[in-house]
Amino acid sequence: MSTADTPEPQLYAAREPVFPRRVSGAFRNLKWWIMGITLGIYYITPWIRWDRGPNLPDQAVLVDLANRRFFFFMVEIWPHEFYFVAGLLIMAGLGLFLFTSALGRVWCGYACPQTVWTDLYILVERWIEGDRNARVRLWHQKWDARKTRLRLTKWAVWLLIAVATGGAWVFYFTDAPTLLRDLVTFNAHPVAYTTIGVLTATTFLFGGFFREQICIYACPWPRVQAAMMDEETITVAYRDWRGEPRGKLGTEGAGDCIDCKACVNVCPMGIDIRNGQQLACITCALCIDACDDVMAKIGKPRGLVDYIALSDETRERQGLAARNIWKHIFRPRTLLYTTLYSAVGIALVVALFLRQEIDMTVAPVRNPTFVTLSDGSIRNTYDVRLRNMNLDDRRFHLSLTSDALLRIQLEGTDELVVDVPANEMVLQRVYVVAPPGAPAAEAHRTELRLWVEDLQSTDRAYRDTTFNGKGEQ
Amino acid sequence: MSSPNTPKDGQVETTGHVWDEDLEEFNNPLPRWWLWTFYLTIIWGVAYTIAYPAWPLISQATPGLLGYSTRAEVATEITRVETANASIEQRLVDAELTAIATDPELNQFALNAGAAVFRTNCSQCHGAGAAGVQASGYPNLLDDDWLWGGDIEAIHTTVSHGIRNDLDPDARFSEMPAFADVLSEEEIAQTADYVLSLSGQEHDAALAAAGETLFLDNCASCHGDAGEGMRDLGAPNLGDAIWLYGGSREAITSQIVAPRNGVMPPWTQRLTEAEIRAVATYVHGLGGGETLE
Repeated sequence: MSTADTPEPQLYAAREPVFPRRVSGAFRNLKWWIMGITLGIYYITPWIRWDRGPNLPDQAVLVDLANRRFFFFMVEIWPHEFYFVAGLLIMAGLGLFLFTSALGRVWCGYACPQTVWTDLYILVERWIEGDRNARVRLWHQKWDARKTRLRLTKWAVWLLIAVATGGAWVFYFTDAPTLLRDLVTFNAHPVAYTTIGVLTATTFLFGGFFREQICIYACPWPRVQAAMMDEETITVAYRDWRGEPRGKLGTEGAGDCIDCKACVNVCPMGIDIRNGQQLACITCALCIDACDDVMAKIGKPRGLVDYIALSDETRERQGLAARNIWKHIFRPRTLLYTTLYSAVGIALVVALFLRQEIDMTVAPVRNPTFVTLSDGSIRNTYDVRLRNMNLDDRRFHLSLTSDALLRIQLEGTDELVVDVPANEMVLQRVYVVAPPGAPAAEAHRTELRLWVEDLQSTDRAYRDTTFNGKGEQ
Repeated sequence: MSSPNTPKDGQVETTGHVWDEDLEEFNNPLPRWWLWTFYLTIIWGVAYTIAYPAWPLISQATPGLLGYSTRAEVATEITRVETANASIEQRLVDAELTAIATDPELNQFALNAGAAVFRTNCSQCHGAGAAGVQASGYPNLLDDDWLWGGDIEAIHTTVSHGIRNDLDPDARFSEMPAFADVLSEEEIAQTADYVLSLSGQEHDAALAAAGETLFLDNCASCHGDAGEGMRDLGAPNLGDAIWLYGGSREAITSQIVAPRNGVMPPWTQRLTEAEIRAVATYVHGLGGGETLE
């Protein structure tokens, strides 16, 4: 190793501020739409009502942590059905694989909350302080009354958005109208205020000040995504074989790039796409809009900066035409992801519709495995949990079927019925008795099936279990 | 972005380190606020050890300026739970013992609280599953055979005062005498075979026939003429399938010769009335609980 005679390099540097210029075009319009829809979903969802009868909350989407229920419109998820959530997470993962392998970092560029809120914050910034040039001037000028006023106005609006963002989050976890009333009258639980406070702070800082640094330094996703892209993945790139050598319009021998820096000026990440694919690029496609605009003005074809695949680059360098976009999208890898994604999705929907309204779990009590009664009969005990997932109280009848002479009894009642209130679970101790000398009493183990019947709907369900007798194994 | 590996004046910024003639290291400086955050965590760490218990000393750690302690937190939490349970515990104490089972909320509370009391105080002898220790004199609480009664009030009395102890004047008491001094060896063998016959076990018919008179003279006053037992004295039923000290000929003989008399402590001194009622409800609900006539 040798050390050149250069000054010791700085390992830390101040952030170079980014002042994205306003741009208009097809991708910018798409981004506006996605921003409107995603923010709309986020802010409005907790306020949608859904009638579930008198015993249950009427909030369409509710994560009821205290009562351990998750409500999503007509679906109610109990804790023992958490595999639905696991399934959704698997789908989310596969969906990201699919979109990333087909379209690169579209999640980062269009849908990631960091991108959406930063976009919103930049919109506010531009509205109050003006476009790029005005903001650069304002940045460099000394603090005076105008700068102070503009900065304070901007921060105030940012803060309002941040509070609304943090505020909307807590509404997902409890009845929204009640919580809003409690919040404004200062009667809400401290956890609600703390959560709003933390989310307000992160939204304000991440959207207003950290911005692209979150993607570059904090987020693991850019690193992971790179591993999921291949030469067929469509991503934002610069056609340097068409643009280079760059030069002012009319320069002899120059390519199509007139080095107007429009692509650099609109970039919210503060990078130059002409340097090629880079970790900091979130493929928001605003540079495409900016460049297309310039190309139209100078009468050159659009697409100097464009969505293209690496394999297209190779082809175009050889003078061939780019392949059809669908040929990039439909390939074994994306079809595999689509198949897996659909399979999990269909499995979840089928499971959702097939799930039983009656849910019974049977846990044999193994300490002791059996009890000898005074008349010599052998008794086994089972902890039976009955869940009533209906919206009204239900009455369940328990019975058993077995080849052996077994009798069923319930603790605390002479009947064989258990009342379970709506949306609740009841633990019932169930006894199964084999008379003295019966085969089940003398055997080591006897198979047995416990049945439950909903006396209202007459739905039946069963669980198989075993009966332990005195016999040795 | 601060300063990525982008060409500046056609020159990529490197750290200046060169290996193997042409391997260079790009310099991608971190943002300076990152460094400040690092310093802040150091300051935070130092402040934390001053504010909270941290540095181990000889007898205990430095207490910290905020006076925080996990033990105090546990004490607070226990107080909070006790306060929260105070009203339902009062209801449990005020209720008729027989009425507890008919109040679902009270019953549920008593069963859960009773299970905890049982695990802490009773399981050492009666076992975690309440099955007792067979043939060793720790009764099984799951079956339908009760020495001193199996209704909720009898269980409550037994738990409160215990059995054959010197600590509580109201303890249940009885004592089976040792018949080694009263009966001859032959007579004891005859009695044992008669007792075997009561529960329909294999026995010597001749010995048993001789033992009947001996049983009526010596045992029936407590165990009953037919060996059905007597709950006022805690005298076990000798005709059923359940044996406190074992039902074999050897075990029965041993019990006649030198009886064991089980002891249970009174719990009024260790447990609150609410806890005793809770554990009585729990034991009553284990499968052998009897309905009060």
